[in-house]
Amino acid sequence: MVSRMTTTYAVLSEGLVKRFGAVHALRGLDLAVAEGTVCGLLGPNGAGKTTAVRLLTTLLAPDAGSARVAGHDVVREQDAVRRAIGVTGQSASVDVELTGRQNLRLFAKLHGMRGAAGRERAAELLERFDLADAADRAAGTYSGGMRRRLDLAASLLTRPRVLFLDEPTTGLDPASRNRIWSAVHELTAEGTTVLLTTQYLEEADRLADHVVLVDQGRAAVTGTPAELKARIGSYAQVVVADEDDLPQAASVLDQLTGARPQLDTATRTVGAVSMDPTLTLPRLVRELDGAAVPILDVSLRPPTLDEVFLRLTTAADSRKELVT
Amino acid sequence: MTSLAYDSTAMLGRQLQRIKHAPGVLILTQTMPISMLLFFGYVFGSALAMPGEEYRAYLVPGLLVATAAGGLMTGMFHAAQDSHRGVMDRLRTLPMSRAAVPVGQSAADLLTTALGMVPLMLVGLAVGWRIDSGPLGALGAFGLLMLLRLATTWAGLFLGLLTRSEEAAGQLGSATFMLPLLSNAYIPTDRLPGWLRTIAEWNPISAVASAVRDLCGNAAPAADAAWPVAHPIAGSLAWCGLLLLVFGPLAVRRYAHNGR
Ligand SMILES: Nc1ncnc2c1ncn2[C@@H]1O[C@H](COP(=O)(O)OP(=O)(O)O)[C@@H](O)[C@H]1O
Ligand SMILES: [Mg+2]
Repeated sequence: MVSRMTTTYAVLSEGLVKRFGAVHALRGLDLAVAEGTVCGLLGPNGAGKTTAVRLLTTLLAPDAGSARVAGHDVVREQDAVRRAIGVTGQSASVDVELTGRQNLRLFAKLHGMRGAAGRERAAELLERFDLADAADRAAGTYSGGMRRRLDLAASLLTRPRVLFLDEPTTGLDPASRNRIWSAVHELTAEGTTVLLTTQYLEEADRLADHVVLVDQGRAAVTGTPAELKARIGSYAQVVVADEDDLPQAASVLDQLTGARPQLDTATRTVGAVSMDPTLTLPRLVRELDGAAVPILDVSLRPPTLDEVFLRLTTAADSRKELVT
Repeated sequence: MTSLAYDSTAMLGRQLQRIKHAPGVLILTQTMPISMLLFFGYVFGSALAMPGEEYRAYLVPGLLVATAAGGLMTGMFHAAQDSHRGVMDRLRTLPMSRAAVPVGQSAADLLTTALGMVPLMLVGLAVGWRIDSGPLGALGAFGLLMLLRLATTWAGLFLGLLTRSEEAAGQLGSATFMLPLLSNAYIPTDRLPGWLRTIAEWNPISAVASAVRDLCGNAAPAADAAWPVAHPIAGSLAWCGLLLLVFGPLAVRRYAHNGR
């Protein structure tokens, strides 16, 4: 195992702060992404993910804090950072009036790839991302998935050391999403470091070695997807015999887990994420029995990332418990 | 080639590809002055004290200058369009020269404007305008027109980056259509009331229009006019130089830092 001392970080930020007027988009974001890994910034809309990406890719200047990307300071060594990165922003960043090929050749030129080198690389990427047939059509006529792929291709012209993907699959159909996912897998196999943001837990789970839950401009929790799930305990679910028993079951779960239980009247189910690793099935059954709740089924299982996420971002007190 | 020259050439190519993709605006801005020449020249010309042919000969340099000054509108429109498009974000994450975007854009603009002025000149010659001074004067006049185009384009690029939306830039840009009306481009200023005449003669468009008329041998500068019109060549150079000195650095800075 690589010791912490010798790990080199492709992205390292300390206390990044960014304000937009009265809005505090980032309130001291710390990130450490080891070279060759995939880091997933996971958070709801407005958490500050895009702002973080824009700071790290030199599009914004931080109000406080510092960050290094590929070893270069994002404020003082912008050109060196720009030479090392590829960026696919949240919104399309290709020229809709140019064809796919013209876009790639333009960006290749601006990367300093002249003549045949740029032409060949553009053709190769168009082929790789299934855009060869549409290469000579204006990018404005592309579907959402095609435009995303063109964007991704544009970020890969120079084989960047660090690739930033801001919500790369938001709004895409499952087929297009799978294509992007396999492209990310191929890139990491080649040794590229990837920092991606997402609102989809499944995506973080599938792609990321490390997940950073971003909440209100801070890293609320970090860990591998498995660690995150382990730290949060389990998901307790109770099915009651009668709909009228739901509130009573919910209050038992509330007391046991400290989380606000979710009720589903259609299936007469109530569930909650427990932060307590010592919560066992017998204890859960005893408590329910003691409260005389007529139960049909009780289960305790590992929570999904969705449930972890909901718990972390809705309950303010849960953050204190988790950040140790 | 230096990186600025290389990157600007790439951006010039991009701008020409965009025009090729959507040539409508270009065609409109090129045919507009010709229809104005025919409309003003024959409709207004027949109602003015000046004989029609003489008025049309007066009008052609004015329309050429108004076309050049249209750089303000085109520049604003292009800058606003770009700054609200994601492609600018990508450009700003590339290790390219900061000034390449506006330099490439204005180079493409000069190229298309130079070509676009040819039909207006030909129609002008057909309806009574003459170049009485010889090729050197004509070349000088053309140079000044291009200089005004360059200066107004850079002013437009900067102002366009300040606007909040493409629509706002479009509206503000259309308003610049009024600027030649308050100059000697379409009508002589000597019969305007005193204060209005002062304003019109300090309009940079007036200096360049007088310079073009002077260089083409159409009319000598009016000695009793305000300084830039009485000394139109020096006045034009001074105006354009001032605009470039102010708006050039501002536009480059704004392109590099937009949104930060
Ligand atoms: N340019 C801006 N001007 C003002 N507020 C902004 C700007 N960019 C982002 N914000 C605000 O900062 C916060 C974080 O936004 P963002 O980084 O886009 O979050 P996310 O990408 O996680 O959805 C939001 O409240 C957003 O409204
Ligand atoms: Mg975002």
